[in-house]
Amino acid sequence: MVEMRAVELTFSDKAVLDGVNFSVRAEEVLVIMGMSGSGKSTLLSLLMGLLEPNKGSIFFKKENLTQLSRAELNAVRMQIGMVYQNAALLSSLTVQQNIALPLEELSDKSREEIDTLVDQKLEMVGLKDIRNKLPSELSGGMQKRVGLARALAMDPKLVLFDEPSAGLDPINSKLIDDLIIRLRTEQKVTSIVVTHEMDNAFAVATRMAFLDGGKIVFDGTPEEFRRSRLPIIISFLSSFSNHRKSTP
Amino acid sequence: MSDDASLNQEGAAEREEISSVGRVGALAISALQEIGCLVWMIKETGAEVRDRVMLGRSPIRLEQLFYQCDRVGVGSVPMVILLSLFIGLTMAMLTGYQLEIFGIVTLVPGVVSVSFTREMAPLFTGIVLASRVGAAYTAELGAMTAGGEVDAIEGMGIGALRYLVAPRFLAIFLMTPCLSMVSVISGICGAAFISSILLHLSYGYFYDQVVKYLLMKDVLAGGMKSLLFGGIIGVIACYKGLAVHGGAVGVGTATTSSVVTAICAVIACDSVSNILIVTFFP
Repeated sequence: MVEMRAVELTFSDKAVLDGVNFSVRAEEVLVIMGMSGSGKSTLLSLLMGLLEPNKGSIFFKKENLTQLSRAELNAVRMQIGMVYQNAALLSSLTVQQNIALPLEELSDKSREEIDTLVDQKLEMVGLKDIRNKLPSELSGGMQKRVGLARALAMDPKLVLFDEPSAGLDPINSKLIDDLIIRLRTEQKVTSIVVTHEMDNAFAVATRMAFLDGGKIVFDGTPEEFRRSRLPIIISFLSSFSNHRKSTP
Repeated sequence: MSDDASLNQEGAAEREEISSVGRVGALAISALQEIGCLVWMIKETGAEVRDRVMLGRSPIRLEQLFYQCDRVGVGSVPMVILLSLFIGLTMAMLTGYQLEIFGIVTLVPGVVSVSFTREMAPLFTGIVLASRVGAAYTAELGAMTAGGEVDAIEGMGIGALRYLVAPRFLAIFLMTPCLSMVSVISGICGAAFISSILLHLSYGYFYDQVVKYLLMKDVLAGGMKSLLFGGIIGVIACYKGLAVHGGAVGVGTATTSSVVTAICAVIACDSVSNILIVTFFP
């Protein structure tokens, strides 16, 4: 469904991505891990067409995103949902207005249909009775879930998650993980999750990739990830193990 | 030794001259880059609006447009009336005192109405809108940019420029001439008031003189300038907001820069348009 081929991206003479190659099949949950600042979130921005690579190609359902016109790219974006690290809800709109926004702007649904869909999406993420609240009145976890509801408003085929558990307590973090799993099993949605939280990664991943030095240095199953002999992954896993050992 | 010292001094002076020249050059390049980005924003906004129209969908939500028009237009009326009233009053008083010396104080209504309609009303309305509305636009869009909301709108395929810039630009573009007209009426009322008290010109006489001397070409000149100023303020304010970087500090810097740049641009365009109007439409 998604493929990146030899993608390079440079910011101010610094190579952030230096020949990234990976692909994602339908109904997979690919977790991309890496050190902070390794370019994981940049990968998602490239997939959304918010950034253009200096070299390489990005394919979504066999369409090369780097060669699309703006109108064609907007049509593709309707099939992709994104959950941002800080939720990125429009602060001047209520929860209901935030979720309804893509439906109002991009679909021909009636007011009643939109209201029904908003309620459905809110129920899907386990939130009710907050339609008229502003984002500033919600907790971080609730904002993330509203962000997910908005990302699912147009029933996308692909959902991108940028650090979905960042800043969340363990209960809300598990809630998000369960939602990602349910999206795959019940809605047949493909997901790409960018995180450096090992717990969440192993909970949701059907495949894992590791970004280091601007390249994907590992691409395999979670079990293969655990058994990897790459020094950076061993270091990652040992930090995870030490953390688990130190907690009672 | 003294030769070395004088050579060092010459070298230092030359380096300072180059660095001063370099600074001017860097400023010029930076200004040209900003203008280029501004023109790109206008072009892309137009293209997004066009794409939307070609899909058979409304490019702007009417409720958004009316909301912005209310903010820009209705919200600015009290300030425009107050400012124009006092400026008209002051202008009539000062002009009257000078013309009284030559015994031609009866020209005050004509002088005030023409200069207010052609120049003062569009210019002061532009300055009021740059500081009141331009700052608000820049701060809003800047906060949205810093908070990732603009990327979220773009990522949904909605078209951030069409959704955010187009209604704001259209609102200020349409409302500026309306506010300018409010300013003209307020200024003339202020002038008439002070003229009746200090210059002993009756309201009836004042009105007759205004009708006699104020021509349609004066109204058109003022109207065209208002449209131009509204467009300039809208474009600069939206661009500065969307170009914010550096978080809250960046938003503050951009807001200040937006007001200063818009006011300077309005004044510069005012001078250029006056030269053109006087040359080609005397």
